[in-house]
Amino acid sequence: MGSKQLNWTVVPVLAAFAAIIPSPTVAQTIVKIGVVNSFSGFLAAPGDEMQKGIDLYVKEHMKDLPAGVTIEVIKRDDGTSPEVGKRVAQELITRDKVNILLGVMGSPIAAAIAPLTAEAKIPLVLTNAAGVSIPRISPYVARVSFTQWQTALPLGKWAAEQGWKKAFTAVSDFIPGHDAESAFNKGYTDAGGQIISSVRFPTNNPDFAPFVQKAKDAKPDVLFIFVPGGTQATAMIKAIKDLGLREAGINVVSTQDLVPDEELPNMGDAPVGLVTAGNYSTAAARAANTTFLAAWAREYGPKSTPDFFAVGGWDGMAAVFDVIKQSKGRFTGDEAMTILKGWKNPDSPRGPISIDPNTRDIVQNIYMRRTEMQDGKLVNTEFETIADVKDPWKELNPPK
Amino acid sequence: MTASLDRSTGDDTAMLDSFARRHRFYPFEALPWIVAVIAFFAFSDYLALLAQILATIIFALSVDLALGYAGIVTLGHAAFFGAGAYTAGLLAANGWGEPLTGLLAAAVAAGAIGFISGAVILRTSGLTLLMQTLVVAAMLYELANKASRLTGGADGLQGMQVWPIFGVFKFDMFGRTAFLYCFAVLFLCWLIVRTIVHSAFGRSLTGIRENVQRMHAIGAPVNRRKVLVYTISAALAGVAGALIAQTTQFVGLGVLSLERSGTILIMLIIGGVGQLYGAFIGVPLYMIAQDRFATVDPVYWYFWIGLFMVLLVLFARGGVLGVWARWRDWSKVRK
Amino acid sequence: MSETASAAISVAFHGVTLGMVLYLISVGLSVTMGLMGFVNLAHGAFAMAGGYVMTTLMNRWSVDFPLALSVAVAVVIAVSLVLERVLYRRFYGGNELDQVLLTIGLIFMSVGAATYIWGPLAQPMRPPELLRGQISLFGRSLPAYRTFLILCGAIIVTLLWLALERTRLGAQLRAAVDNLRMAETVGINTSRLFATAFALGSGLAALGGGLGADLLAIAPGYALDNLVYFLIIVAVGGLGSIRGPFLAALVVGVADTAFKYFVPELGAFFIYALTMAILLRFPNGIFGRT
Repeated sequence: MGSKQLNWTVVPVLAAFAAIIPSPTVAQTIVKIGVVNSFSGFLAAPGDEMQKGIDLYVKEHMKDLPAGVTIEVIKRDDGTSPEVGKRVAQELITRDKVNILLGVMGSPIAAAIAPLTAEAKIPLVLTNAAGVSIPRISPYVARVSFTQWQTALPLGKWAAEQGWKKAFTAVSDFIPGHDAESAFNKGYTDAGGQIISSVRFPTNNPDFAPFVQKAKDAKPDVLFIFVPGGTQATAMIKAIKDLGLREAGINVVSTQDLVPDEELPNMGDAPVGLVTAGNYSTAAARAANTTFLAAWAREYGPKSTPDFFAVGGWDGMAAVFDVIKQSKGRFTGDEAMTILKGWKNPDSPRGPISIDPNTRDIVQNIYMRRTEMQDGKLVNTEFETIADVKDPWKELNPPK
Repeated sequence: MTASLDRSTGDDTAMLDSFARRHRFYPFEALPWIVAVIAFFAFSDYLALLAQILATIIFALSVDLALGYAGIVTLGHAAFFGAGAYTAGLLAANGWGEPLTGLLAAAVAAGAIGFISGAVILRTSGLTLLMQTLVVAAMLYELANKASRLTGGADGLQGMQVWPIFGVFKFDMFGRTAFLYCFAVLFLCWLIVRTIVHSAFGRSLTGIRENVQRMHAIGAPVNRRKVLVYTISAALAGVAGALIAQTTQFVGLGVLSLERSGTILIMLIIGGVGQLYGAFIGVPLYMIAQDRFATVDPVYWYFWIGLFMVLLVLFARGGVLGVWARWRDWSKVRK
Repeated sequence: MSETASAAISVAFHGVTLGMVLYLISVGLSVTMGLMGFVNLAHGAFAMAGGYVMTTLMNRWSVDFPLALSVAVAVVIAVSLVLERVLYRRFYGGNELDQVLLTIGLIFMSVGAATYIWGPLAQPMRPPELLRGQISLFGRSLPAYRTFLILCGAIIVTLLWLALERTRLGAQLRAAVDNLRMAETVGINTSRLFATAFALGSGLAALGGGLGADLLAIAPGYALDNLVYFLIIVAVGGLGSIRGPFLAALVVGVADTAFKYFVPELGAFFIYALTMAILLRFPNGIFGRT
């Protein structure tokens, strides 16, 4: 009886330890890329999208690598938690000895990891985290995704220009939410609008009805919302629909996080008429996007839709590949940063993008979009383009 | 076996003998320390993780003190862990990065919270007590979240600068200093817990755990003892939290979370509750298993760790130490 | 209509809706814990399963809402009967800590399994045509589906209470919760009673999970994210009671909504403070027994 129990205890333990045995290495230049992404926690859904974008780029462009150079992608879950993210990044650097880091979903997580990149001199290419000051934490951080100031400030300006005099803002209570709120406020009030009230709600909030009700009761002309993409976006749309904001005459605007293309099919017809500002929509008609969508459909099937998270991952890996190609697979952190600082990609699915060498942040087109029904499907139609937008926050707040 | 019996015979040597018997160090007790030293040299790439394991063992010891020895079932010990972490973190982020005084401050802060909450809630038992411990931790979580100007809220505490220990040993990414620091503190905490457990106070705790009515009947100050052990346990948990904060130079809201309270309980149960060394077995087992599962299957590892736990509870009741005890008894019978 | 009155009605409305859903899910937990003394922390997973089955039927196979909900409840009842016999039964009357380890392990497995089968996104739930949109009540427009939830909740609760008072099973249940040993002596088959109670509790949880899919999003982390609220309702209501959790759920639902509406930054703090205060005054819950 006793020994049987002992055997059973041993089996799962052994199975767990079996995974420690390392795999043999091959005699080539191997560039190790560490990906820190959220596979669990409230950012898991967009994390999944971002990973698909990263993986797809690798699959499509593996053949573009120089001869004798190959890559190894090591993925780690940060669980949507900054302390876990910091630990896994540390392990990627010290244990797995990666040459470059790629990721991260959440801004708090990226902010926790950034100091490590300075200490270890390992570059981090940000594929989503949108907190404005993150590239300033370490000279080894470059961003290819976007910042909330890039999207929310033009949106604020646009909303005021529509003649909507009073606004109510409702954002999630963390770095991107605060950024979006400040950016919208600046754009809106500079153009003559008045913010009558605001609310911040917890990041992983299950039901938005009380907050949306409060907004509705304040009777603004326009409601500005920010929630992270994924489950929170769907829950917010549901609350907006359930509480009949449109019927009550309130215009709702947001950043693209509220209507990620991937979630649109799940939202019924609730988002029709929403105006958002963003850097990517699947409905965009440019050639690079068509190729991208075709590759996506081939790999993930016709029912799957990419969104701006996926494009962030795609472009991030494109940047890493360019670093590898230009350095033939051997680079120090400083050499990689030099390449990244002048990086341009005219063929991104979202239009031409580049990295500003002074701020190491992304420069890209921002589009004003309206959510519409087209052929029975919801799409975000781009109706206005603001070209080559640098991050406004950094322009307004030069480093001391 | 008790000193009082010996005193009645007026025999001092007998009293010293029994004291020595009670506090004798058995050879197997050197095992965890030897393993730790070997790990330091053998797994030098994993020192950051190992340092965290050592600090977490302190946390588990603190829970064992409350749960295994005083019978207080707690799902809210993260309150003290987190209080210690934020104390050390706030000091380091606001100009005072000296680690040892940071530890002390953390112990005092966490102990104070333990004392106050213990005085209020320890009169209850069962599910109610469980809920009260949970609620205390949850309230601290919300407060830390709200005080985001101070704590960073959901974004976490940035800008911690921890000074080198004694001005010499710097904390780096590779974890060498962290490991040795945690090793030393764990050793001290273990000595403290061991002494408490083997003392008369410790045995009265066992009495409280096994038969509260009897203890009341013999006039033992039950509630006062419970509050005392809860306070000590809280202070130790605070030390563990401070260690984690100082060695990772970051504090996030997760240190106060229900998940933190739940997983430390799990780790202790896996090792074996109330036997002092359950913490030394359960913590490394769980943390290493979790690390391996997360590496092998970064997306679905929750499933595997859950399965691991279910299998353990089905086939290894009483944790690893429980299985070990049963095997020992069985082999004794065989002989 | 005055602003405060309007705000009060909004808060009461949403609060009662949330309370109803929380009650449906938690009442089973109260009975299980009071009857079998079993700490089933994984109870929320049954609610989640009900939500997943229902939404999958509705979204993938366009099954009607009432049918999908019924099938979901039936499936979860069947699964819970199997789990009770194969797994849970071994731990009755046993060490609480073993139960904690088992049920937390089950929660973790449910998170991983749900992520694997359905992915990390929340399952969309589109109420039937009849229940969409707004209706006008008390001089304002309120969501129709949530009104339906309140009505539904009230009917189910009444049926439940009637069943407890008027049926034989209800009598057996009350007897067993009061005094298990005596109940056995008078010939009540307690192991069959346990299984039935467990199945019913899980079925109600599935019902709550499905109906409430709009409020408590059906996503892999469901069982963990909502655990605290379920436990609060059971502890505050009183173990083994059916009426207690109802009051507790309403209080929690309304208080949570009110705090979110009036002091959103501090959020759940007041709920926890309120819980602590109530438990200090009523250590066995409001309707609990020693």
